[in-house]
Amino acid sequence: MRKLRSLIPTMPLPAWVSTRAQTCARSATLAVALCCAGTALVHAQSGAPSANSADAAAAAAAAASANARPVASNAELLVRGEYLARAGDCIACHTVPSQKMFGGGRPMETPFGTLYTPNISSDKQYGIGAWSADAFYRMLHEGKSRDGTLLYPAMPFASYTKVTRADSDAIYAYLQSTPPVHQPNRPHTLRFPYNQRKLLLGWRALFFRAGEFKPDPKQSVEWNRGAYLVEGLGHCTMCHTEINALGGNTASKEFQGGLIPLQNWYAPSLTSNKEAGLGDWSIDDIVDLLHAGVSNRGAVYGPMAEVVYDSFQYLTEDDVRAVAVYLKSLPGHSSEVDTSPKSPFVTEEANRLAPLGKKIYDAQCAECHAAEGQGKLPNFPPLANNQSIQMNSAVNPIRMVLNGGYAPGTKKNPMPYGMPPFAQLLSDEEVAAVVTYIRTAWGNHGAPVSEKEVNALRSAPLF
Amino acid sequence: MRNRIVRVVLCAIALALPCAAPFAAPPAERAPDTMQARVMGCAACHGAHGEGTDNDYFPRLAGKPAGYLYNQLVAFRDGGRSYPPMNYLLAYLPDAYLKQIAEFFAHEHPPYPPPATPKVDAAMLALGKSLVTNGDASRKVPACAACHGASLTGMQPAIPGLVGLHADYISAQLGAFRYGTRRAASPDCMHDIASRLDERDITAIAAWLAAQPAPANPTPAAPSSLPLACGSVPH
Repeated sequence: MRKLRSLIPTMPLPAWVSTRAQTCARSATLAVALCCAGTALVHAQSGAPSANSADAAAAAAAAASANARPVASNAELLVRGEYLARAGDCIACHTVPSQKMFGGGRPMETPFGTLYTPNISSDKQYGIGAWSADAFYRMLHEGKSRDGTLLYPAMPFASYTKVTRADSDAIYAYLQSTPPVHQPNRPHTLRFPYNQRKLLLGWRALFFRAGEFKPDPKQSVEWNRGAYLVEGLGHCTMCHTEINALGGNTASKEFQGGLIPLQNWYAPSLTSNKEAGLGDWSIDDIVDLLHAGVSNRGAVYGPMAEVVYDSFQYLTEDDVRAVAVYLKSLPGHSSEVDTSPKSPFVTEEANRLAPLGKKIYDAQCAECHAAEGQGKLPNFPPLANNQSIQMNSAVNPIRMVLNGGYAPGTKKNPMPYGMPPFAQLLSDEEVAAVVTYIRTAWGNHGAPVSEKEVNALRSAPLF
Repeated sequence: MRNRIVRVVLCAIALALPCAAPFAAPPAERAPDTMQARVMGCAACHGAHGEGTDNDYFPRLAGKPAGYLYNQLVAFRDGGRSYPPMNYLLAYLPDAYLKQIAEFFAHEHPPYPPPATPKVDAAMLALGKSLVTNGDASRKVPACAACHGASLTGMQPAIPGLVGLHADYISAQLGAFRYGTRRAASPDCMHDIASRLDERDITAIAAWLAAQPAPANPTPAAPSSLPLACGSVPH
């Protein structure tokens, strides 16, 4: 299905999820909820989605006054909860496309077996209808289900732990207001020993620290709002930080990019490294990319298309801008790019493939991406000076040539343009040649790719 | 905005200079604001105008009723039809846009390919013709033409034409309906019908349909009552 995405790790579990779900992964969850439902929890803090809500002082004040405030309006609370659930992208993992919302059951393939996301609708038997707000918060904050069961880290509780109590309560109230889906949860089919949840204790000791987001008073309100969204509900680190052998995100490499296991897409660096990350991007370009799905620097595709489709397009532009401001502040690292001199073999390989690559480029690609790789902005993305094309990992450009792709249809870009797949038209050698060409032409500094790499990605999961 | 200001300043400077060079670079070219340009993602397999290609499994889309095409796009997006390359491409496209894509191809009328030379014998062709035009009442198999139009160009608003398709494609679809790997809204009439056909029937039907010449008038037939209930066709 459309998303089969994610995988999750299990035990020594990787925390990632795969599949398009990555996105999903983000959302995942088990959720639960609670009681009081809609009642009174209001909080003011982020009151709405405003960019400034996460400011430290505001947060503290909000937290303090949250339960004291009269229920301003239940409707307002639900709207806020729905907005926050979008920011957390709960729907991507907890809803099977075209089926009932939040009914769960979406498979997440992992190297250890398949996880099935749980029902988080308001159904009292199978969903979280019988949960309390306290239980829901504990689930988000501590990664434990209502009965204390440890959650698999495909549910991004390591990020959601940063969500404030007020926001947790709003999401809880919103989920409780959704129609109950009377559908039993499907048991996970993890292999031994990964089906032993005790192993999760080890993963948690290594990779999990509970704790709400603490605003940095030295930074702006906007920066803090962005940090809160990126590190908390957005759970961006799940994909954009390398997954290590134990299935956790390597803290020292946070946001420097990583291959999404099984899914075989590379989530690029979000740091300010100019060659690999966003160092060369303007705030406006980042906002366009996340809010519309296309920008003058590139378009989202693969798993990130799902994130924009299910989550970012629903956020306010102020919030998306706050995310961009925060991302732009992430320091880059020279180690993100391989700057070692190219070996004679690599140069020779590039020279060998480039002529064929140029011939294919001129015949198949130049109509949209233009003769010099400058694209026709924003709908036909530029290939020259595009990090996504020239970064160390060639997985994404190879897959785009093989599989094509449509940018997501969003409020700002409801009729996206699309690139055709070429898997059926070009041989492994031809794909290697054209990808090598676009990675090395026009000043791009990528390395050539081999037929073998291309061939291996022909069987990468599409859905 | 900042760029614009910079540009204005630069232009001002340029104007102030003697022999100013031409204004900065010409405005960058933009993608054509047309559906034709937007569906280029479909063209590699289905042709720029939906005429299909030589590949047996990439069908003609042109001229099929928009309601049919829309139903298929939604089914690929949501999983009712499983073909990963299509499922992937459509995953994040909203209903309104899928309708526009369907309308675009429904209104395209490129020439039909020449009819295929049948690879089956005359008896098979005769069986195919008989099933397509008359059906088999003893097995409760209605004639294809009863729903797909007397000239097999489909019926508005949601039944596809059967001419201009490759035999292998038709036979694969009938098999998929029979085994439930291609599903339509309930009641799934094509599942019911395909389940009453055997392999020989399917081969015969596919071979005869693929050998038919282009219809004189490619317009789908007007809506009329169907011999059985089909969930995909609004009543």
